[in-house]
Amino acid sequence: MNGTKSYLSKTVEELKPSGIRRFFDLAAGMEGVISLGVGEPDFITPWSVREAAILSLEQGYTSYTANAGLMELREEIAGYMQKGFGVSYSPRSEIIVTVGASQALDIALRAILDPGDEVIVVEPSFVSYVPLVSLAGGVPVQVQTLKENGFKILPEQLEKVITDRTKAIILCSPNNPTGTMLNGSELEAIAQIAEKYDLLVLSDEIYAELAYDGEYTSFATISGMKKRTILISGFSKGFAMTGWRLGFVCAPETISQAMLKIHQYAMMCAPTMAQFAALEALKTGRSDVEDMKKSYKRRRNYFVQSLNELGLTCHVPGGAFYAFPSIESTGLSSEEFAEKLLLEEKVAVVPGNIFGESGEGHVRCSYATSMELLQEAIKRIGHFLKRNQKA
Amino acid sequence: MKLTEKQIEVLAILENNSARIPVEDIAKMAELSKAETETILDKLEEMKVLVRYNSVIDWSKVDGHEGVTAMIDVKVAPKRGVGFDEVAQRIYRFKEVRSVYLMSGAYDLSVIIEGRSMNEVARFVSEKLSTLDSVLSTTTHFILKKYKHDGTIFEQNEDDKRIVVSP
Repeated sequence: MNGTKSYLSKTVEELKPSGIRRFFDLAAGMEGVISLGVGEPDFITPWSVREAAILSLEQGYTSYTANAGLMELREEIAGYMQKGFGVSYSPRSEIIVTVGASQALDIALRAILDPGDEVIVVEPSFVSYVPLVSLAGGVPVQVQTLKENGFKILPEQLEKVITDRTKAIILCSPNNPTGTMLNGSELEAIAQIAEKYDLLVLSDEIYAELAYDGEYTSFATISGMKKRTILISGFSKGFAMTGWRLGFVCAPETISQAMLKIHQYAMMCAPTMAQFAALEALKTGRSDVEDMKKSYKRRRNYFVQSLNELGLTCHVPGGAFYAFPSIESTGLSSEEFAEKLLLEEKVAVVPGNIFGESGEGHVRCSYATSMELLQEAIKRIGHFLKRNQKA
Repeated sequence: MKLTEKQIEVLAILENNSARIPVEDIAKMAELSKAETETILDKLEEMKVLVRYNSVIDWSKVDGHEGVTAMIDVKVAPKRGVGFDEVAQRIYRFKEVRSVYLMSGAYDLSVIIEGRSMNEVARFVSEKLSTLDSVLSTTTHFILKKYKHDGTIFEQNEDDKRIVVSP
């Protein structure tokens, strides 16, 4: 290398590193930190699931599976989607087992985008949506939701940004980082727009198992939407299996088969032992999921009410395990707030601006932490606020 | 006994959290007011559904507290009219007895005894338990080590293995 020529692709060079990284570096090495900064369950994968993975290794299942995943697992996923969410997919042609929901999202975007195609990302959004659109050659178009609307997207907001190049909308409900969940009629309104402008919808339903208030509606069940929906889900959040990297994607056959082409060349298949674990999770893990969900809901109730009492106003999140309180009363930016809180009180939260501009003025707190630690975190945040209220 | 949904929710919260959890926090978790929660707790105690606020303690870790626990299988001759209840009552009144269960299978009562030493338990079995009129035979099993008790694993490394900040 002579130092003048860059060997990197322009897209990658222009990609911003995740803002979460900086906070990880800042918190690493500090002792006694209470972490509300994690996007994953505090439960360990249920023992029966771990045990199934061990058994599969003992029995010597260490080779590749079919590209789209173990047939038995796809059949089980089809049953799970039908029974749990009321949407039916063919295990043979419409379901692909992926390396986490992240890879599902990646192959979905790569399968549908041509250079310059626009994808609407509803903000605040999970950190990887925007970069993944760019990496697939698309142009991310961010739409900001408002806290006054409980961070729910309004149809007219979508309509404003639609152009001839718009190909798809990415939705996440329940949402990371806001916990906002869209109900049936709200999804219906988005469906009408998708229909009117002939758009696809990438529906990230990874938190579907963690919907606390009211019935969960899968976007694919809205009338006429199955053919427009790429449904992304996985085992990480509901089944407490983040480290297994196992997700899946359901889509109409033509899209599925296109995604499968990318998946088979880039990834071959998801890890076999993780697939056996997932199979067990679907077969016997339902009661564990229910127990975990009940526990999250109690902690949500405690944590959100306590934040509100401290003056960090916060809408009640309908699902996932995040609270997204406003920190405007402190006059600090979300980055300043998160950094000061970490250094002064050793409580780690994630600044809202990392999830898009509309997240500014907020921080993401994960309440997937033991009640004892949540109680202590509330105490520490209380001390912090006493010193840091706007005059 | 038919309980309300909220009463059951309060019980579940107590069962899954330390008995030291403040009433205010239970109230928030169950989406109730503090006064409502107190009323529910009083009522549950009065109905004897909420029997006791328990703590699970691993005494083996505490110096000078090395007690002995034994599980004793007891065969008894049930009495007309009162069945097993009378003899069970005579057994559970001893303060050494921690639990008494009526069992199906090879024996009738399972009795859990705690004593300060093996000797003390042995003496209780031979002098008090075996000599009861209806007791036909006893088999004593001493507990060597407790791994899990009442749903609590004793020697578990429960450190949070997650990294501090993640997407």
